[in-house]
Amino acid sequence: MLFLSKKQDWLGNIRGDVLSGLVVALALIPEAIAFSIIAGVDPKVGLYASFCIAVVTAIVGGRPGMISAATGAMALLMVTLVKDHGLQYLLAATLLTGMLQIVAGYLKLGSLMSFVSRSVVTGFVNALAILIFMAQLPELIHVTWHVYAMTAGGLAIIYLFPYIPAIGKSLPSPLVCIVALTGVVIYLHLDIRTVGDMGELPDTLPIFLWPEVPLTLETLQIILPYSVPLAVVGMLESLMTATIIDDLTDTSSDKNRECKGQGLANIGAGLLGGMAGCAMIGQSVINIKSGGRGRLSTLIAGSFLLIMVVFLDTWISRIPMAALVSVMIMVSIGTFSWSSIVNLKQHPLSTNVVMLATVIVVVWTHNLAFGVFVGVLLTSLFFANKISHFMYVESELDDANSARTYRVIGQIFFNSTGKFITSFDFKEAVDKVVIDLHRAHFWDITSVTALDKVVIKFRREGVDVELIGMTEATATLVDRFGIYDKPEEIEKVMGGH
Amino acid sequence: MTTNTNSVLACIDGSVLSEAVCDYAAWIAQRVDAPLKLLHMIDHHPEKAVTLDLSGNIGLGSQEHLLEELTAVEQQCSKLRLQQGKLLLQAAKDRVIQAGVADPDTCQRHGSLVESLIELEESIRVLVIGIRGKVHENRPDKIGAKLESIIRSLHKPILVVNGAFKAPQCIMIAYDGSEAAEKALDMVANSPLYKGLTCHLVCVGKDDDKGRTLESAAGKLINAGGIDVVAKRLPGKPEQVLCEYQKDQAIDMIVMGAFSHTRIHDLLLGSFTAKMLAHAQKPLLLLR
Repeated sequence: MLFLSKKQDWLGNIRGDVLSGLVVALALIPEAIAFSIIAGVDPKVGLYASFCIAVVTAIVGGRPGMISAATGAMALLMVTLVKDHGLQYLLAATLLTGMLQIVAGYLKLGSLMSFVSRSVVTGFVNALAILIFMAQLPELIHVTWHVYAMTAGGLAIIYLFPYIPAIGKSLPSPLVCIVALTGVVIYLHLDIRTVGDMGELPDTLPIFLWPEVPLTLETLQIILPYSVPLAVVGMLESLMTATIIDDLTDTSSDKNRECKGQGLANIGAGLLGGMAGCAMIGQSVINIKSGGRGRLSTLIAGSFLLIMVVFLDTWISRIPMAALVSVMIMVSIGTFSWSSIVNLKQHPLSTNVVMLATVIVVVWTHNLAFGVFVGVLLTSLFFANKISHFMYVESELDDANSARTYRVIGQIFFNSTGKFITSFDFKEAVDKVVIDLHRAHFWDITSVTALDKVVIKFRREGVDVELIGMTEATATLVDRFGIYDKPEEIEKVMGGH
Repeated sequence: MTTNTNSVLACIDGSVLSEAVCDYAAWIAQRVDAPLKLLHMIDHHPEKAVTLDLSGNIGLGSQEHLLEELTAVEQQCSKLRLQQGKLLLQAAKDRVIQAGVADPDTCQRHGSLVESLIELEESIRVLVIGIRGKVHENRPDKIGAKLESIIRSLHKPILVVNGAFKAPQCIMIAYDGSEAAEKALDMVANSPLYKGLTCHLVCVGKDDDKGRTLESAAGKLINAGGIDVVAKRLPGKPEQVLCEYQKDQAIDMIVMGAFSHTRIHDLLLGSFTAKMLAHAQKPLLLLR
């Protein structure tokens, strides 16, 4: 299944795919270089990775038209590994990351994405944008005014060039920015940092090589703590990007296949001397905007990128870092979900808290996985809290018989048991209490224990307790009966609402 | 047999064959006394980009803008297609009412024809469809791109229309003794559609065994009553012989089993159904 694709996914949109692939390839080059610098490796590591990941995901990925390559989110996770152990361990970790992702794909963990709520996704995207921007700061600190002028000029070109009639919309403005700034630097003989100063660029096609690490348990202990977060973040960003592309193009994608595809791509990257990567939100949006829809666009982007860097390496090494910074600031701005700031006022507080918590944790730890974890945790807690409001107890007194009937309605689980217990009046002197549980839903052991407690308390007060509707209520102990996969049973249980 | 509430479904797309499709569907619906439903699909091509902006930059709210822009463009296109489809359906409806169908039903859906037909399969009695749609309208040598997948994925009789309507008087059953052919035979024997028609039961090949089954098959049809049966055994290549026989005997419709082999088998050896689709001059009623 992994290699199967529809003809229209490849050839349905040839013109658009080729053109958008070229635009994306041009934008991928500065990104791959910038992210290699973040990770602390030579630019060629990121460029080889981008080539390999783009080409492999074009063929085996689950979302046609999505761009995957070396990314900032992944680069940030490998900084200490590269610093402490060197490139070879990074390549080994990349291989392991790929294997973990393939396993996740076969275990269908992609469906776990349903636990990641909208606000967590927004937080993730915003945090990513902030991280990409922050990664540019080293290039902007302790530099001459030329660099600031160049960066500002670059941004101006990127955002204003498309307004020029006729050519504005047919030439990628980031490319114009890079060419113009490189020209200025060469013409004025400015002594500012260029890509060539940042490390080795590729001058050959990538070659197959096995990472030079000892195959021992010790190696595994070193790389596993990096591979796991790499795999998680890679899948998260890829699946989120896939969802964004799904929305933009009004089509659907195969999330589990995407996990396997990302895994295979990372294994390929590791074997060709590249770093781990994943889908890129910014580039994928650029691809769709430029008219890319099919697998062909991703393939063209990857292969054109390699051809460009191999044949134009002397020119690429002369690109000033300021031009790269401009492009990356653009990516950062474009990745940021602007509407999430506008909507802060309208959205409920819990949504905003989740979004901001995700952002803060990511920016603080530089690890998107932690941010998502905190976000999902908070979402669940808020949800549990909201659901516990849907529990109330009605009661009526039958004076003649000195009996009170309590009718329990709603969800009783760990968070609502306190409210459940306090709803009963144990001080009332009656002979008999009837607790009607027909419309109550008991979800866990905590709630069952709470019911026991209520019954015992009444008994101690000398009250006769009768439970009615008990079978319906306990039938909702879904964990025990495992009826959650039978819709008609759920219907019976939830019929009360 | 299927119940009478199942309808004859005619697929309309506004190509030259659509009128003939309406006529044949009306003919069948009246003969078998089933309701008639006209279906128009609004095709979407999400794999094709409608806008091209190579500026390659993204700024504040780019994603939201892009979504709005794409939505707006597609909304316009879809509205237009929806409108066109409504007109087509109205025209088709008028045509079948004129042909004598009392109350035809119309149905318009978004998406791919194959998927929709699979969803509707339970309610279909006979599907009537043109051999090629709008895309290949002017290419008489081509058969529609989706036709094979439609035939393969449905398990209902399908009438493939490839020319103007002529009320069938004389039909031919392509018989090869296979299980699919037996089934086709049973359906012909039990359906009111074929009463009063002349039916040529044609078996191509020299095999004597087949000849014997041909006789018993002919007997079956005669027993069913109301059908004039001519049984023939002819030598030669099936698709050629059948097409020639159709011309010589002025056959109006060909009935046959379809795609009884797997795709892989057909890929290697070629599919008889596909050849018949490509060469037949008259509508083919494919029984699955």
